[in-house]
Amino acid sequence: MDIDIRKVLVLGSGALKIGEAGEFDYSGSQALKAIKEEGIETVLINPNIATVQTSEGVADRVYFLPVTLFFVEKVIEKERPEGILLAFGGQTALNCGVALHQSGILEKYNVRVLGTPVQAIMDTEDRELFVKKLDEIDVKTIKSEAVENIEDARRAAAELGYPVIIRAAYALGGLGSGFCDNEEELNELAVKAFSFSPQVLVEKSLKGWKEVEYEVVRDRFDNCITVCNMENFDPLGIHTGESIVVAPSQTLTNSEYHKLRELAIRIIRHIGIVGECNVQYAFDPESEDYRVIEVNARLSRSSALASKATGYPLAFVAAKLGLGYGLFDLKNSVTKTTSAFFEPALDYVVCKIPRWDLGKFQGVVRELGSSMKSVGEVMAIGRTFEEAIQKGLRMISQGMHGFVENKELVIADIDKALNEPTDRRVFAISKAFRTGYTIDQIYDLTKIDKWFLQKLYNIIRTAEMLESYDKIADIPDELFRLAKVQGFSDYQIAKAIFKDQLQDGEKASLQVRQERKYRNILPVVKQIDTLAAEYPAQTNYLYLTYSGTENDVHYLGDKRSIVVLGSGAYRIGSSVEFDWCGVQALNTIRKEGWRSVMINYNPETVSTDYDMCDRLYFDELTFERVMDILELENPHGVIVSTGGQIPNNLAIHLDEQHVNILGTTAKSIDNAEDREKFSAMLDRIGVDQPRWKELSSIDDINTFVDEVGFPVLVRPSYVLSGVAMNVCSNQEELERFLKLAANVSKKHPVVVSQFIEHAKEVEMDAVAQNGEIVMYAISEHIEFAGVHSGDATIQFPAQKLYVETVRRIKGISKKIAKELNISGPFNIQYLAKGNEIKVIECNLRASRSFPFVSKVLKINFIELATCVMLGLPVEKPSKNEFDLESVGIKASQFSFNRLQKADPVLGVDMASTGEVGCLGNDTSEAILTSMLSVGYRIPEKNILLSTGTPRQKVDMLDAARLLVEKGYKLFATGGTHRFLTENGIESILVYWPSEEGTPQALELLQNKQIDMVVNIPRDLSAGELDNGYKIRRAAIDLNVPLLTNARLADAFITAFCNLTMDDIQIKSWDEYK
Amino acid sequence: MTQYTEYMQTEKKATLILDDGSVFQGISFGYEKPVAGEVVFNTAMTGYPESLTDPSYAGQLMVLTYPLVGNYGVPNRSYREDGIATFMESEKIHAEAIIISDYSHDHSHWNAINSLGEWLKNEQIPGIYGVDTRAITKILREKGSMKGKIVLNDPDEIEFCDPNAINQVARVSCKEVTTYGAGEGKKHVVLVDCGVKHNIIRCLLDRGVTVTRVPWDYDFNHLEYDGLFISNGPGDPDTCDAAVQNIRKALVGDKPICGICMGNQLLAKAGGASIFKLKYGHRSHNQPVRMVGTNRCFITSQNHGYAVDNDTLSADWEPLFINMNDGTNEGIRHKTKPFFSAQFHPEASSGPTDTEFIFDLFIEKL
Repeated sequence: MDIDIRKVLVLGSGALKIGEAGEFDYSGSQALKAIKEEGIETVLINPNIATVQTSEGVADRVYFLPVTLFFVEKVIEKERPEGILLAFGGQTALNCGVALHQSGILEKYNVRVLGTPVQAIMDTEDRELFVKKLDEIDVKTIKSEAVENIEDARRAAAELGYPVIIRAAYALGGLGSGFCDNEEELNELAVKAFSFSPQVLVEKSLKGWKEVEYEVVRDRFDNCITVCNMENFDPLGIHTGESIVVAPSQTLTNSEYHKLRELAIRIIRHIGIVGECNVQYAFDPESEDYRVIEVNARLSRSSALASKATGYPLAFVAAKLGLGYGLFDLKNSVTKTTSAFFEPALDYVVCKIPRWDLGKFQGVVRELGSSMKSVGEVMAIGRTFEEAIQKGLRMISQGMHGFVENKELVIADIDKALNEPTDRRVFAISKAFRTGYTIDQIYDLTKIDKWFLQKLYNIIRTAEMLESYDKIADIPDELFRLAKVQGFSDYQIAKAIFKDQLQDGEKASLQVRQERKYRNILPVVKQIDTLAAEYPAQTNYLYLTYSGTENDVHYLGDKRSIVVLGSGAYRIGSSVEFDWCGVQALNTIRKEGWRSVMINYNPETVSTDYDMCDRLYFDELTFERVMDILELENPHGVIVSTGGQIPNNLAIHLDEQHVNILGTTAKSIDNAEDREKFSAMLDRIGVDQPRWKELSSIDDINTFVDEVGFPVLVRPSYVLSGVAMNVCSNQEELERFLKLAANVSKKHPVVVSQFIEHAKEVEMDAVAQNGEIVMYAISEHIEFAGVHSGDATIQFPAQKLYVETVRRIKGISKKIAKELNISGPFNIQYLAKGNEIKVIECNLRASRSFPFVSKVLKINFIELATCVMLGLPVEKPSKNEFDLESVGIKASQFSFNRLQKADPVLGVDMASTGEVGCLGNDTSEAILTSMLSVGYRIPEKNILLSTGTPRQKVDMLDAARLLVEKGYKLFATGGTHRFLTENGIESILVYWPSEEGTPQALELLQNKQIDMVVNIPRDLSAGELDNGYKIRRAAIDLNVPLLTNARLADAFITAFCNLTMDDIQIKSWDEYK
Repeated sequence: MTQYTEYMQTEKKATLILDDGSVFQGISFGYEKPVAGEVVFNTAMTGYPESLTDPSYAGQLMVLTYPLVGNYGVPNRSYREDGIATFMESEKIHAEAIIISDYSHDHSHWNAINSLGEWLKNEQIPGIYGVDTRAITKILREKGSMKGKIVLNDPDEIEFCDPNAINQVARVSCKEVTTYGAGEGKKHVVLVDCGVKHNIIRCLLDRGVTVTRVPWDYDFNHLEYDGLFISNGPGDPDTCDAAVQNIRKALVGDKPICGICMGNQLLAKAGGASIFKLKYGHRSHNQPVRMVGTNRCFITSQNHGYAVDNDTLSADWEPLFINMNDGTNEGIRHKTKPFFSAQFHPEASSGPTDTEFIFDLFIEKL
């Protein structure tokens, strides 16, 4: 290192959103570790309070502030760092870095950008500069040529080479565009295109080309390595974040692999990256022709995947290179003896599969394309492709057991399902094979390289062979083994044998397991060591496979291990907060002198960084695989309460196999999870809950609704289409929902609950020991009940609860903790109306809000809970929430802009993809900071209001008045306009899309005349695509801040009317007492 | 007959036996014959057609640590007009056998005309899959490269043998003198063929020189030439004394000399240094080397079981490159004369192409 720097500022990526998720917690944490190790002081700006990087001991100072020019400048002004890292916080940090550079702030405060210079970032971000830059070194990019007559179109096409795409410039919706395979087709299409527009773009068509990526590292001495290459299973046209990806590439010859490698190095040198970048190629499947798609001059999702796929810590190394080290100065962090200047050799294959949650959104487009929609991903490791992909398909945990032996999938048009990819295409391939499609036919429709299809067909063939037997005992040994080598789970084998006769899947899987163990068909543990066993490595990074005869690990059998089950793929409802919980549990286990073991398979996490624990099994969290590991590891016990719902659901099954579940017993977990048992318990201890019933006929439903009255919450157990849960406010809605969305029968009952309106929702996060509460945190939702707790804006400590409400909640929580004899973390959600308290649900595990309350209170709830689970004595902390001088607000991040056509409205099912947590001296300050952190802006002038029902209109009245007082101009739709006028508030009447007259609300939006939209749906039904939907959708698509909840809108408006940005204090976490 | 029994009929069992007594059961996918040799591992993730045809693997049973092999089949065995192979590294497969974990029975590539298995059968080379290649690699890493054999029925079908006991270079070197790319006014390079990879010839020809390829023990000193190039080759350099003698004569002069792999070792020997056998050699695409006295580092393709002992270099010589993992010699240079060599493979094929500049350095000096 030759740079003399004492303090470095690191920019984080903020809330998790589609396209920018947990991978940046991993890369930021690694960077902070790399810098800290040099004795340099670190300052981090990241409002994402649930991350590991914003935890104690990672950075020296943390600011929970928005990563925007305004706030970053203020932090720089205050902290005066000498260096700044821009490459570890995704696009958010990169964009902010470019803005800091362009506005001269970096120069003004003499802050030096460490690593890749800003000019290089700009050269890769600006399309025109980028193409020019690569032209300089004769590297081919994807270009389109604009032509104005047919002769030029022909010439351009000939130069580019057929096939080409013709696009009419400035034509919306792809009018007049299409593919041309030859000049004849071009002539025809170009004429049409010119009829739409005077200018036509001719572009080389790369349809069906392979997509390949390289992760490249360069130091300031110009030494370069490519750490990993990856190949997309899906050909070009589907965003790489939406593709199944394998590493290393599988279908490239040596010459192809090294041609692209050489280009990648030529590019990184020419652009002048210092650190890491990612180069994406389109690659012709029928020659060695290529195009560079893009270069990301920063750590990316792919680089996180590459780090996990290879064991090479890209972010850590990139940070060191930014400090001036050469690659030759650094050691391979796995072998600890060999050099970090090397390229990992893999002796396994990894398969990344995206996780989508499109089912959560009403109206969303399911087709995959060039923009990303997935919310998470999994990485599966195997020694055959079949094994890796089948593991991966189970890991996405959407009810699939692998490539075959799943619940029968209904696909109306298989050709279409293959040709127009959706989130379910891989299963369409399975279905197609089963209905007799050949590899060639599927290839023609999908352009997925035949090698992948051949491998998938191997799985089909093995399934068919298994299906020719009716008894487990009859399966020949070799076939049994082949199935396991190809990644079949015990369940899949059971399903293949018992077919439609399979009643109890769990029991049958256990039978397969027994038979398999009897025949000694067992998985082996292999290490990921970066050098394919060439050098001895003390690596603790492990996976299981059936392609092998020897374990790499020698188990001591000393019962000193504690296994923590991770949280799996990020999804809506479970993301970085559970990674934080898992990491805190691991840290505590280590600190207390036990061997910490993690099982998890999410490449975007910190918990799957092999440095975080003593042993990492990067593998499935299925019962089968967890048992495989536990039987090898023979631990002291297992922690199931820090990884969200996946491990929680395993508790009872593990307990049946006599696994030592640490903390709260599996029986108690079951008593809380099972609706009937839990309800009976609440009745017994005299605790109230909203009335509910499980019903299996329309008549029974009607009878129940007559008793409790509308609205009701309806949860079908079998969903035909659309969202799984719905609130129905009247008979008509109820009938429509039951008819359209649900199938009510004895086999598929529906749970109907009383829905209480205008009730407050309160959360109790706590840790108990032997039924006694040790520590608790009570927070309140800003929104009324009806907004999913994962979407709600949460305030901690609660500021507006009656003392009596708090006292009652504490009392009930105590009773429940005692009754369930809780030892460990738990969360109870309450409804409070007046002082009437009802329990909504209780989870005997850490909840989403644990990191938030832990950090606001500065008491680590998971550390306490882990000590409890380890059986250590814990003292009740002397500090509690009433001592706090500040308030925290947790606000949700939505990604509706990525989800075309989805209705951006909040309801009983969760829709947010991430969150932030900000601190302030009062609610307004914390609200304002947190809302700015999730992308809201303080509006300049014009606000469009449509405020729903009369009750909601009243709720919004004060806010509307405040806006006018502050000089804002209000625009309102019919009812709202009338209401405002009646109350003496001036507004301009605007018209709904379905109404005649001007000004039209949509036009105002499109003309950028509106700075903020408040559109409150009348009720909580997932409605049809109506007027309100059009306004909401337009706001999202045009990037106008949108609020759809009256209470939140009121809180935000109150905040920005009382405070300006300059009023927000620039205070680091440690400055809040 | 069920689909399963039909499937099983296509599988023929084969067994790999190592000299230390380890036994690995697998399935044959190449030519069915017993074979013996030295078992070595290669950690490259691509390039099985190139590796198999690399003469340096003569006498060796090659274990690939990357488990998925055969994916892209095998390209056409075609030759350019001048007799150099279009895609391969020599005229035939030189490795004695290939040992892998997971074989792709079906392949997919525009350039492939055969599957790997068919090719092996055509060239009468055994192949075995379904064995724990990582476990084998760990044995070789712990105990060193060792003798091994693949048998089909009876463990005693074939005896163990040590390929390093015989002169492998003599086996694979050309038997006649051949000239490539002859032309007026071109510089003339003599290439000593110890088992040359065709890409070395391609790399030289691409730089516009005439190449005269001579057998390993041919005394080239009577030829008119501008530069001497000593190729890679298999086995123990100590069996190649004839070549060392010839090179030693050339060292008296001032004409540029360059060597690759075996060429590095023979040049070192001619300069008086000695060679030792590495425990399990370097066979991979990811070997880091550093140019001595600089911050310049390169990822290189390597395939060697022996190394030059740095400590035995005479006063006229110095190390040019050093392996960054284990500190072994990766190249030498003469302190005053234009003689230098690399232990790694700048011609790559297979492997990374970062060090092709070695050819430019040589050509510049002619």
